[in-house]
Amino acid sequence: MFKIMYKKELSPGIFHMDIEAPRVAKKAKAGQFIVLRVDEKGERIPLTIADFDVEKGTITLIFQVLGASTMQLSALNEGDSIVDFAGPLGQPSEINGNMGTVVCIGGGIGVAPVYPIARAMHEAGNKVISIMGAKTKDILIFEDKMRAISDEVIIATDDGSYGVKGFVTTALQQLVDRGEKIDQVTAIGPGIMMKSVCDATRPLGIKTIVSLNPIMVDGTGMCGGCRVQVGDEMKFACVDGPEFDGHLVDFNNLMSRGRMFREQEAKAKEHVCNIGLGR
Amino acid sequence: MALVLEKHKMPEQDPQVRAHNFQEVALGYDEETAVAEANRCLGCKNPQCRPGCPVGIDIPAFIGKIKERDFDSAISIIKESSSLPAVCGRVCPQENQCEKNCVLTHKGESVAIGRLERFVADYQLDKNEEVKPIEFAPDAQKVAIIGAGPSGLTCAGDLARKGYKVTIFEALHVAGGVLSYGIPEFRLPKDKIVKREIDNLQKMGVTIEVNSIAGRLFTVDELMDEMGFDAVFVGTGAGLPHFMNIPGESLNGVYSSNEFLTRCNLMKAYDFPNHATPIVMGKKVAVVGGGNVAMDAARTSLRLGADKVYIVYRRSEAELPARAEEVHHAKEEGIDFKLLNNPVEIIGDENGWVKSLKCIRMELGEPDASGRRRPVAIEGSEFELDVDTVIMAIGNGPNPIVASTTPGMDTNKRGNIIADEETGATTKEGVFAGGDIVTGAATVILAMGAGKKAAAAIDEYLKSKK
Repeated sequence: MFKIMYKKELSPGIFHMDIEAPRVAKKAKAGQFIVLRVDEKGERIPLTIADFDVEKGTITLIFQVLGASTMQLSALNEGDSIVDFAGPLGQPSEINGNMGTVVCIGGGIGVAPVYPIARAMHEAGNKVISIMGAKTKDILIFEDKMRAISDEVIIATDDGSYGVKGFVTTALQQLVDRGEKIDQVTAIGPGIMMKSVCDATRPLGIKTIVSLNPIMVDGTGMCGGCRVQVGDEMKFACVDGPEFDGHLVDFNNLMSRGRMFREQEAKAKEHVCNIGLGR
Repeated sequence: MALVLEKHKMPEQDPQVRAHNFQEVALGYDEETAVAEANRCLGCKNPQCRPGCPVGIDIPAFIGKIKERDFDSAISIIKESSSLPAVCGRVCPQENQCEKNCVLTHKGESVAIGRLERFVADYQLDKNEEVKPIEFAPDAQKVAIIGAGPSGLTCAGDLARKGYKVTIFEALHVAGGVLSYGIPEFRLPKDKIVKREIDNLQKMGVTIEVNSIAGRLFTVDELMDEMGFDAVFVGTGAGLPHFMNIPGESLNGVYSSNEFLTRCNLMKAYDFPNHATPIVMGKKVAVVGGGNVAMDAARTSLRLGADKVYIVYRRSEAELPARAEEVHHAKEEGIDFKLLNNPVEIIGDENGWVKSLKCIRMELGEPDASGRRRPVAIEGSEFELDVDTVIMAIGNGPNPIVASTTPGMDTNKRGNIIADEETGATTKEGVFAGGDIVTGAATVILAMGAGKKAAAAIDEYLKSKK
């Protein structure tokens, strides 16, 4: 069993949880993910590691209530436990001290997995400019954390309630327009956001890394459900990724595959509500 | 006594009924049938069955005990050689192993060795006897086993009985490997058989740590240098599904057999939404491949509500790699075998879902490297099979996670770990390997045989080190 040590609702439907998993915390690196199961009948869901604390032996997860499993997870409290927690999975981000200027883009809840990557890049001595995107000011997360490890933070909200009005690509364009020399972009967020970022950086020739979170079952290479087309090759996000060269990723297929279980997901959510496991 | 030329029939669920439920198909012999079947055995002076068994069970001896109705002794004899008899009695390809060489095959059918093994194994499981824990010496040496599948479980059982403290590290949340995620409930019941065999190993004193991904949570070097293990056995299986590299494999409605079977068996998607893992099951299904896994996927599709299920295989019936019994059962249940056909493209609709499977007809040419006649495409013979679900059951490659994090342990160009056939010794001292990670995808019993040989070799190695 894996105990929930801390829980906070960051904004409506978005939760921060620290899970006690000392062995995972000891090995976790920026860019990796875990797979968890809430209870004995639960499904295995992958979540990207938002932070890790070796001393406390905890892994931080940030998740948005979308389906049945995240709803069930959100209903648990500090001191409760979940049955399974496996990781760290996937390849860590490639980070070194000679990356130059990196723009780290997080859209929505994607800010959470970008955070440890941006921090590691910053600690390695690179210049980190962070772009944080959200629909509206109230659901922006991790602002203080991102400010603490970035040389500069730009915020973009769809409705203009905070920072630049527009998308993360609007903010990125501003950086380009002011003549910022960008060596790499790392973007994590919804498929459509990552696609837009890649479409913007491709003509500029800026190396762009994206982190994918497709549907998967085991997370160790066994099911092949997380396969993505990257250039001419079929890759498994769980063992080959989750990070890939965004300019080579077939985002349309990725987004289409993300909808494969949509009908079932709705049914599962309804079931969880009916039997009172949700909130 | 007159010679009975045919095996006593295995009682089975009616094909029309069982095609819609997940209960076990074969129901097992009762006592009288088992004794009568045992009495068919001639007790050859020079038994040919035993050399056909990959773990070397003393077959004439255990059958002799069944004749005497001494079922306890019969199972004890099997357990000297096999840790998982209730599993092997169900899933071994006996017709290619022990039963193939039975002297009765000259005149009729062999003794039903597999069915008899299953009978005594179930007899013992049903007795629910206390398993005696092993008393380990305080200075017992420690062995780590990576992967709780057939090879790892066998290796663990044998080593524990020799007095070694064994810990199995399993990546998934349940032990059993392919016995849990791959082989369906209707062929190998999970709670009734697999879980109990594994529970018995644990009661005996084997430790199993689930959710433990070797190569990520710890490396093989750390197991030996920091975590105090004196030897390591790697039995990580064939875990990386192959695809055909034809257009359309990323459409919705396409599964690898691993994903499809894992959702259904391990995650119990057949009980959705009580169990939270979903499965999308169409009405018309094509399963590509001709092995046991393909049969399992096809028969599972029927049970999940498909109306029409095809097996699409590029060679002919004679080359089907699946056990004869599985093919027979699949046909009885109404699976449609599209033999000598090879998929060339999966065609999708405007929403990204499978609409049909485009195949080309094949004919058999000259024998290839495997000795089987090579299938050759008949030009211009393409046609579309009207399906909404495609399951690729064309095999698995080795999972790279452990090998890539273990310097000094060499792999071949396919990524399989190089290990001595007799001992399982790898190129790294103190590290042994066996099962599908070494041989490529094979059978449960061959993996168990490899686990057994490795256990003997690890025993030798650790004695020499002490």
